[in-house]
Amino acid sequence: MAHGPDGPAAAPEAAQGRGMGSEPALHAHGIVKRFGPTLALDGVGLTVRPGESHALVGRNGAGKSTLVGVVTGLHRPDAGAVTFGGAPAPAFGDRAGWQSKVACVYQKSMVVPDLTVAENLFLNRFEGERIRWSRLRRRARDLLAEYGVNVDPDARAGQLPVEQRQFVEIARALSFGARLIVLDEPTAQLDARGIQRLFTKLRELQAQGVAFLFISHHLQEVYDLCTAVTVYRDARRVLTSSVADLPKDELVAAMTGERAGAAGTSWRAASGPARTSSEPALRAEGLALDGEFEALDLAVHPGEVLGVAGAAASGNTALGETLAGMRRAGAGRVTVQGRAVKPGSVPHALDAGIGYIPEDRHRQGLVPDRSVAENATLTVTDRLGPWGTVLPSRTREFALSMIGSLDIRTRGPEQPVSGLSGGNQQKVVVARALARTPVVLVAVRPTAGVDVKSKDALLGVVRRVADEGSAAVIVSDELDDLRVCDRVLVLFHGRVVAEYGSGWTDRELVAAMEGVRDVEGVERTGERS
Amino acid sequence: MTDTATEAPAGVRDASPLGRLAHIRWSDFSLVPVILVLMVIGFIVSPVFLTSGNLISVIQQSSELSLLVLGQALILICGRMDLSLESTIGIAPVIAMWLVLPSSAPAGRFTGVGLLPGWTAIPVCLLVGLAIGAFNGFLMLKLNVNGFIATLGMLTMLRGLHVGITGGRSIIDMPPSFRYLGMTDWLGVPAAVWICLALFAIGGAALAWLRHGRALYAIGGNAEAARAAGIRVDRVTWIVLAVGGLLAAFAGILYTGHYGSVAANQGNGWIFQVFAAAVIGGISLKGGRGTLFGALTGVLTLQLVVNVMTLGGVPALWNQFLNGAIIIVALVISRFASGEKQD
Repeated sequence: MAHGPDGPAAAPEAAQGRGMGSEPALHAHGIVKRFGPTLALDGVGLTVRPGESHALVGRNGAGKSTLVGVVTGLHRPDAGAVTFGGAPAPAFGDRAGWQSKVACVYQKSMVVPDLTVAENLFLNRFEGERIRWSRLRRRARDLLAEYGVNVDPDARAGQLPVEQRQFVEIARALSFGARLIVLDEPTAQLDARGIQRLFTKLRELQAQGVAFLFISHHLQEVYDLCTAVTVYRDARRVLTSSVADLPKDELVAAMTGERAGAAGTSWRAASGPARTSSEPALRAEGLALDGEFEALDLAVHPGEVLGVAGAAASGNTALGETLAGMRRAGAGRVTVQGRAVKPGSVPHALDAGIGYIPEDRHRQGLVPDRSVAENATLTVTDRLGPWGTVLPSRTREFALSMIGSLDIRTRGPEQPVSGLSGGNQQKVVVARALARTPVVLVAVRPTAGVDVKSKDALLGVVRRVADEGSAAVIVSDELDDLRVCDRVLVLFHGRVVAEYGSGWTDRELVAAMEGVRDVEGVERTGERS
Repeated sequence: MTDTATEAPAGVRDASPLGRLAHIRWSDFSLVPVILVLMVIGFIVSPVFLTSGNLISVIQQSSELSLLVLGQALILICGRMDLSLESTIGIAPVIAMWLVLPSSAPAGRFTGVGLLPGWTAIPVCLLVGLAIGAFNGFLMLKLNVNGFIATLGMLTMLRGLHVGITGGRSIIDMPPSFRYLGMTDWLGVPAAVWICLALFAIGGAALAWLRHGRALYAIGGNAEAARAAGIRVDRVTWIVLAVGGLLAAFAGILYTGHYGSVAANQGNGWIFQVFAAAVIGGISLKGGRGTLFGALTGVLTLQLVVNVMTLGGVPALWNQFLNGAIIIVALVISRFASGEKQD
C-alpha cells in the first residue's frame, strides 16, 4: 500500500481512516530549503492529522532535522508553505505565535535543571510583577493534572527521570496551546520501562487530540507507536503510508533506496578473505564500558579493515574511543600485536601503535588557531629533533610530505588550520593519525561533514593503509564508510547483533543498525545476552 | 613536492621564506611601534629620558613585574590563570626568612625560628614558590575547582599568611645571599635585568622549539585535541603552574634584594598589571595564543608610559589612572587593527 511522492495527496487520509473532515494538525507542502550550495529539502511535504502519531524516518542527512526546523519556525523555508489546523503558520520570528502551534522535545534537555518543575512550566510567564509561589505551584499542579502527568511541581527539574522530564516539556508545550509535538529521538536515553511509560502517556494524549511527529532511528518503535510513516531520503519525500500497510523490509528499502549494484561509491572491499592466519594486529577481549557497550571480543588482522556499525546510541563511538585510549574500559583488555595496552591512556595507545581519527574534528581533532604543520605533527613531536626539541625545518618537511601524500589543499604548512575547508581539515586529522605509521588505525566517523570528493580520498587513504599491511577499524553509521570494510560488526544498544563479510546489502545492514529483528537475510552472529 | 609548489596555485605555494612572512602574526609585534613612539615622546618631554641611568632604571623596575608576567603568560597560553602569583612574590621570601633568621633579634625587628642555615634562604624561597604553584595545580586539576576562584582564594590566604607571620611589618634583616642578585651590576646593568632577559629567552625558545613547549599552545587551543594526540595534558599543565609559582618566588628574591627589605604589602595589587601587560602584549585569555616577546613588550609599554609621564611632571597619583587608560586604549586599538576579538 506504499506509494511514492507523486501519489495522490488524499491517500494518507484514506489510509488513516481517522480525522476525516477536520483540518490536518500540520500540513507542509513544496518546502524547499538550501544551506549555501547544499539542497537540504527539495520540495518536500508532510501531513499530520489531529490525534495521530506520525513517524518521520530517514538516514542521516535525509533532511529530517531541517524539516523539523522549518515546521517549528527555526528555519525560514526558501519555498513552500506550512499550515496548522488549516491556518497559515505564524510569521517567521514570531516565537510566541509558533509556540502556540507546535513544540519540539529534543534529545537534549531544554529545562533549567536547578529550577523546580513549577518554575520551568511557567518560566517567563509569571503573572504580574511579583511571583506568588503558592499560586504558581497550584497552577503547575493543575496543569500537570490536566494531562495526567504525575510529577511533583516542587521537584528540581534536573532530578527527574528522563521520561518525566519529557512529560514536563510536553505539558509546557501543551499549555502554550500547541496541539502538535515533535519528538526528536525521545527514546535514545530511556530504558525499556521508561519507553513503555512514555508511549502510554503519548497514547493518552493522542486520545485527547494531540498529534505527534515522531523521529526515531529505531524502526521497531515506529511500529509500536505510530499509525502513519513518512520516509525522507536525500532531501526528498519518498513515501507516506499507513504503518500497518508497510512491511518492515519495504520501509528499510525506502530509507536506503535500491541503487543497482550500489554504483555511487568507488570504494569497496576486495572480495578475497583477509589473511586470517596471521596474528591479529589488534585484539579486544571482553572489552566493556558501563552504560555504553557490553563485553565484546574483536580481532583485526594486518591488511584488514573492520567496520563497527551502529546508530547514534549504539555504543560504537564509545568503543572506538576506548580502543584509542580516550576512555578507560570498565573491563577487558586490548592488545596490539599480542602486547597489552594500558587502558585509558592515549600516549600508551600511541606507543603501542594505535592511530586515532576522532569523531568530531572541531572538538577532539584540531587546534584551530595553530598551523597545518603543527596540527599534523602533534603526535610526532618527539621525532622532530634531538633532546625534546622540535625543529621548525623538520616540522615543515614532515608537514610537506603529509600535504603531498594526502593531497591537502592549503596555502602552505604555516596556514592556520581553521582556514581550510572541512574536507582538508579532516585530512589534517588523518595526517596526524598516520604520522606515527600506526599498526592499527581507529577512525570514528572519518568522513562526517566532508564533501564527496574528500570522502572518496579519505576512504581511499584508509584502504591504502590497510593494503600496505596495517589494520584499520572504521566506526561509523555511514554506509559509504562501511563499504571499504572487509568485515562489519553491527552494534545495537551496546551489543554486537550481527556480523557481515563484505557481501552485505544496504538493506540488511541498515535493518540491523536500526534494531529491526525480522528482516529476511539478517544473519545474526555473536549475539550474547 | 617542488612540482606541487610551482604548478598548483591552490596547493602548496609559498615555500620561500618570504611566503612564510605572510603567516607571522603581526599582532605579536604591535607594541613595538608603540614603544618607539613612547621613546620619541619621552625624548621630547625631557632630555633626561634617553640617559642610560633613566633607561636602566625603567628596565630594572620592569624586571620583577616581567617575571610574574612570564609565569602568567605561560599559564595563560595553556588555558589557565593564576591570580595568586602576586601573593607568592611576598610570601615565598617571608617563609624563607622566617625559617632562616634567628629567633633572637633586637626589639622591633622580625624574629624567625632559625631552623635552617642562612645559605638555604634562596633554595627554600624557590621551593615555597614551586609548592604553591603545585598546590594550585592540585586544586584545579585534581579537585577540578574553578581556577579563578581557587587562585583568588590562594591570593587572599597567602596575603593573610604574609601579614600574619610578619605582624604587618617589613623585614629588613636578611641573609647576604638574598641581597646579592638584587643589588649587583653585571657589565654596568643590574644582574636582575640580565637574568630576566635570559629567562624570557629560555622561555621563548622552549615555546618555539621544545615539544613540551609547543604542547602548551595545543593544550590552550584545544585541550581535547591535545589529549587525543597523546599529549599528557594534566601533567604538562601542572608543571606549568608550578613553574609559574617558581618564577614568582624568584621575582620575590630579586625584588627583596633590590629594595633591601620584604615590605608587608610586597606585590599587593600587581596582578592587575600582570594581566594588563599580558593582554596588551597579545596573550589570549582564552588560551593557545600569544608569545613571550609580546608579553615582554607589554611590560615595557606599561613602565615606559609611567616613566614618560613622571618625567613630564604628571603627579604619581595619576599613575593608576594611566595604567587603566592604557589597557582600554590598547584593547580598542587592537580590536580595530586586527579585526579579531581581543580576549
